[in-house]
Amino acid sequence: MSEFSVECRDISKRYGATQALNQLSFSVKKGEIFGFIGPDGAGKTSLFRILTTLLLPDGGSASIEGLDVVNDYRALRKILGYMPGRFSLYQDLTVEENLRFFAGIFNSDINENYPLIADIYNQIAPFASRRAGKLSGGMKQKLALSCALIHKPVVLILDEPTTGVDAVSRREFWEMLIRLKKEGITILVATPYMDEAGLCDRVALIQHGKILATDTPEAITKSFRWDLFKIKSAGKLEVMRALATFNGIHSADMFGEFIHASATPGATNAGEISRFITSLGFENAEVEAASPDIEDCFIDLMSHDNH
Amino acid sequence: MTTTELADRPVIMAENLVKRFGSFVANDHLNFNVEKGEIFGFLGANGAGKTTAIRILCGLSKPTSGKIMVAGYDVYTQTEKIKKHIGYMSQRFSLYEDLTIAENFRFYGGIYEMRPQNIKQVTAEMLSKLEISNLANTIIASLPLGIRQKLAFSVAIMHRPEIVFLDEPTGGVDPITRRQFWEMIYEAAASGITVFVTTHYMDEAEYCDRVSIMVDGRIEALDTPANLRKTYNAAGMNEVFLMLARKAKNTD
Repeated sequence: MSEFSVECRDISKRYGATQALNQLSFSVKKGEIFGFIGPDGAGKTSLFRILTTLLLPDGGSASIEGLDVVNDYRALRKILGYMPGRFSLYQDLTVEENLRFFAGIFNSDINENYPLIADIYNQIAPFASRRAGKLSGGMKQKLALSCALIHKPVVLILDEPTTGVDAVSRREFWEMLIRLKKEGITILVATPYMDEAGLCDRVALIQHGKILATDTPEAITKSFRWDLFKIKSAGKLEVMRALATFNGIHSADMFGEFIHASATPGATNAGEISRFITSLGFENAEVEAASPDIEDCFIDLMSHDNH
Repeated sequence: MTTTELADRPVIMAENLVKRFGSFVANDHLNFNVEKGEIFGFLGANGAGKTTAIRILCGLSKPTSGKIMVAGYDVYTQTEKIKKHIGYMSQRFSLYEDLTIAENFRFYGGIYEMRPQNIKQVTAEMLSKLEISNLANTIIASLPLGIRQKLAFSVAIMHRPEIVFLDEPTGGVDPITRRQFWEMIYEAAASGITVFVTTHYMDEAEYCDRVSIMVDGRIEALDTPANLRKTYNAAGMNEVFLMLARKAKNTD
């Protein structure tokens, strides 16, 4: 048997003049959490709709657990769990009715696979008789995940489950995913949050329907092509703009309280940058060499791709 | 009031703002001022009561009690005046997708009773700044999200409001556009427009002059990002936020 759960070759999709997906190829190993990291409009939802057999690709091929997304769609649907980006449960059914409905569609009942969802469902069980439309955002998200899991899928596909969710709930959601991974479920998850990349086994950075890079988060940050400096200084905006023109500096961007400046390897150093900032009239800037994170890499790959 | 006093008064003054829905207290005695030209980050977990407070500050909902002034007007009796002096932009809806860029400017400019000549001039200036003057007659639906969000912000401040409310303006936007958006925020603030912003990106909390963090309807912390990091002995705002928001009971 193949070590891969999902194999995708040259998948393309076009809507009129818009090339939503441009020959995407990637493979997802069995049992891994694979993240698609990219902004809105990158093509994440189109890709997931093709993988879940809801949309036909214009070109290329894709299979999940050896089943082709076009020819074997009936068999494939039985082993997939899908949580779309928009809340898609029945608003006027109660929490429990929704769960029973989705179990029923897969010729199962709530009890058969209850242990798999117990952790998640217990948190919304007190509201079992409330209509789904009346739940808060966080509770809807937990119900949608329960419904996607109730038939014990082999592969779980989650389209932006954490969008618009606060930092605490985001972290809890990821803890749930890591527990599901331990059950052996292969998980594909799309997110616009760069900081969630580190929670995936491997990620694909995606933008304008193309994959910019596929690898483990560590390998992606390791392949960053520049020296990176982390700078803290007064007059942040002015310093940032001036830095972009300084000898050897490739780019300068805001990162929270810091400026991240990337430079041609070996072209400059923290002391030089620090003296330059002093010459701009800002004393006591803190400059140090730093390791890039996924967002640094994404910005670099994005601007590389645009030129 | 003399002109100097007018210039110096806070743009938002909230004293003991309370909002109850039945027995549920959504906003529990909020106290804060926002100064002119300040970038004020309004953070909190889902369900903490942010949207309720923003609706009151925009004149869309009446508080249960408390003394609240926005742009110098009373939120109980002068809501129409408030609406004229604020701008508002949310992630979900701001521009009409089946109108062109120019038509959206004309529509919103008209709502704010700007003179047609003035609307034309402001539209031309703002599009030139965004380097999209050639797209004036393009319908919004065909534009990439990044450009739409920058346009929505431009439209929200085209009538030079005293304060602009931004409700998760950068959700789902790519990291380069997100930064360009914040440069626009900085420029607006430097020109004297006060910015009141909510976000789930904690690095953006660092871009604010001051940040408040709401937990269960109360403001649990309010200070500059640097002071908050110091007070909570945290490496970044993400850590500060997690420490405070984890205590929440009304999570959603």
